[in-house]
Amino acid sequence: MTKVNVYVTLRESVVDPQGIAAKEALHSMGHDAVKNVRIGKLIELEVESNTVEADVTKMCDELLINKVIEDYRFEIEGE
Amino acid sequence: MKFAILTFPGTSCEVDMHHALSTVVGGESEIVWHKDADISNYDGIIIPTGATFGDYLRPGALAKSTTLANQVVAFAKTGKPVIGVGSGFHVLVELGLLPGAFLMNPSLKFETGKVNVKVNTNTKFTSHYDENVVIALPYAHQFGSYYIDEKTAQQLQDNNQVVFTYTDESFNSIANIAGVVNEAGNVLGVMPLPERAVEEIIGGIDGLPFFESTLKNWSEQ
Repeated sequence: MTKVNVYVTLRESVVDPQGIAAKEALHSMGHDAVKNVRIGKLIELEVESNTVEADVTKMCDELLINKVIEDYRFEIEGE
Repeated sequence: MKFAILTFPGTSCEVDMHHALSTVVGGESEIVWHKDADISNYDGIIIPTGATFGDYLRPGALAKSTTLANQVVAFAKTGKPVIGVGSGFHVLVELGLLPGAFLMNPSLKFETGKVNVKVNTNTKFTSHYDENVVIALPYAHQFGSYYIDEKTAQQLQDNNQVVFTYTDESFNSIANIAGVVNEAGNVLGVMPLPERAVEEIIGGIDGLPFFESTLKNWSEQ
């Protein structure tokens, strides 16, 4: 079993209302150091395959990611 | 002509759609569950709203995993009408039948109410409206912010594919887009809900010409 972490981020051109809300909340708590917040997601996969990289790429392209709004990269545990 | 109103886990407004299309406007339609469905004998498809597959992963995304998804894509290629309303619009963009994607409302909340949209009457779904009319339609969604890159937004406008436009910056949709049609003119997505505006008793009839246009124009195929 191979563990794969897929990191999904919003594309730069996409406005992130959650990030804006979190930034404003941090500012109101006195964390003026933070200048920008962008919230993405982490998808943890456990994969049983000899072609993990190709399989995960296909999963991302077919379902996990919408390239209109999202970018992604993934890390295969142990590599 | 007979419409299939497609339902997935989380679909919740199929009965409203059936009532509007069949009881109020007098069209023929059937509610069809996605499993083991065969849509080849229908003349049109409607995907109603409700949080399809719970909006998990991304709104509309998990509908791609159904066997019905490929059928819908093939159906759209035949040139017959395919309509996605609310969450159904989410499904159509995720299937790649319409451009764009959806983001959470700027409020981060599920919102409901009425919104004004300007109608482009130059489509088979809207020809019964008066030219440049502004109508009020109900809406109910958390993911109502339509996103598309600027170049594609311009193309949509140049090709006359923007069918409904918010009259203000509602939901931070790019170019205030509330509804679009594909290049071939047979696949429509609209975020506000015309099926909730077909009788005075429920607060307005601004959705009626949508169903009348659709039935009349597509029956004449």
